[in-house]
Amino acid sequence: MSIKGKAYVVGIYEHPTRLATDKTVPMLHAECAAGALADAGLTKNDIDGYFCAAGDTPGLGGLSMVDYMGLKLRHLDSTDTGGSSYLLQVGHVAEAIAAGKCSVALITLAGRPRAEGMATGTAPRAPAVPMPESGFEFPYAPATANMYAMCAMRHMHQYGTTSEQMAWVKVAASHHAQYNPHAMLREIVTVEEVVNSPMIADPLHRLDCCVISDGGGAMIMTTPEIARSLKRPLVKLIGAGEAPKHQMGGKIDLTYSGAVWSGPPAFAEAGVKPGDMKYASIYDSFTITVIMQLEDLGFCEKGQGGRFVSDGNLISGTGKLPFNTDGGGLCNNHPSNRGGLTKVLEAVRQLRGEAHPAVQVKNCDLALAHGTGGSLGTRHNAATVIMERE
Amino acid sequence: MAEAKDRKIPAPAVNVETQAFWDATVQGKLMIKKCTACGEPHFYPRNLCPFCFSDKTEWVEASGNATIYTYSVMRRAPVPYAIAYVTLAEGPTIMTNIVDCDLDAIKIGQAVRLVFRPSEGGPPVPMFAPV
Repeated sequence: MSIKGKAYVVGIYEHPTRLATDKTVPMLHAECAAGALADAGLTKNDIDGYFCAAGDTPGLGGLSMVDYMGLKLRHLDSTDTGGSSYLLQVGHVAEAIAAGKCSVALITLAGRPRAEGMATGTAPRAPAVPMPESGFEFPYAPATANMYAMCAMRHMHQYGTTSEQMAWVKVAASHHAQYNPHAMLREIVTVEEVVNSPMIADPLHRLDCCVISDGGGAMIMTTPEIARSLKRPLVKLIGAGEAPKHQMGGKIDLTYSGAVWSGPPAFAEAGVKPGDMKYASIYDSFTITVIMQLEDLGFCEKGQGGRFVSDGNLISGTGKLPFNTDGGGLCNNHPSNRGGLTKVLEAVRQLRGEAHPAVQVKNCDLALAHGTGGSLGTRHNAATVIMERE
Repeated sequence: MAEAKDRKIPAPAVNVETQAFWDATVQGKLMIKKCTACGEPHFYPRNLCPFCFSDKTEWVEASGNATIYTYSVMRRAPVPYAIAYVTLAEGPTIMTNIVDCDLDAIKIGQAVRLVFRPSEGGPPVPMFAPV
């Protein structure tokens, strides 16, 4: 059974806050949910399925948020794979809707790491519960930045990727962010400014890293029948894939991501090719993340990602593949250190024709959103979704 | 020149599955697991082989010779340090720190040799230094 055309995105909302000192995490989740319901023209009592990630949702597997929001559900899924959870959940929603297990599904993400002052990228985080690998990793002080930096270092060594090429990813994001009034970083930056920004973890500079922000977002997905009864543009899911990648018992290869396995089934289900995409949201925790995932999804040959992103090729209006037109994680936001949901939101805006006019892709009827959660340097889950405007 | 300085190493988590590994580091040995059913060595060590799922895994001592697969110097830390993956002569690639070196002179492909560093209240932790 395929999920192609079985579920539609009818409501989206991105919280405008980037520093939520005056809000709790449950408030953020609920405000996002209310925003997405208003966008869809539905009410809370229409929701019969809730999809979240246990890691950013207070309570046992989302239960406390179900209680807080007063939801009456037939289906609950709190699968947590870090930042890619929400991309995964788009596929899981479609599976549940296709199986008749729910008809109006809510997905939420929220968090306030900035208000809480977390040094999320550069400080090793001790695991709350011991994991099997803990003793063999934590003593070496793996943080987020130096793990992705090791991927970048190997990619540069193996394929000749340069710091200047990686910088182009940030430059493109900054060109888009200038039009987003909510973006944390709205100033256009140059390749020189990126490579001359302070080194965080060799070879990643400060401007190769995404922002730390508060905020969140939500989506409402539903059946084709209910979608057609609403007044929103018809955006449907036509393909989804997910795949974890890990250390493979010590046969470690950091030059590729799980996208090599999550992409092909999504494209096959949708019946389209990477070259057909009018727009792509690509998880941009770091500049290298984008380069690796673009290669692994087949937008260019393996090892050619650095060349592919250069010279403004990702900038809407001038490049061949407009990406992250909201400014992405590199410039706009990265709520709860999880960028998957906002990737879907901007793809839906593009398909609806509701992106900022300066970055809106003309006749955008086919878009991809992709991300990885966990760490490309150790273990992660990749998720790919392909959506179409009817 | 940025000489690698010693930082405080948190004690590794030790459990019944990995006790033998950490008992060996006290003796100055790096142990890996090898499966006698499929012949594959693996790391980090498990009781069940992650390749064939046999429980016929045994501890074998690694030579301590390795090459740097990749690395990164964390500059934004109280004491800058080099994290790395090194490929052991026996096959598996493992996470470690590169120590006793100029942090600016580390290179992929460089030959390194096993050393140990004390942890805070736990067994010594295996690390690697350029040959």
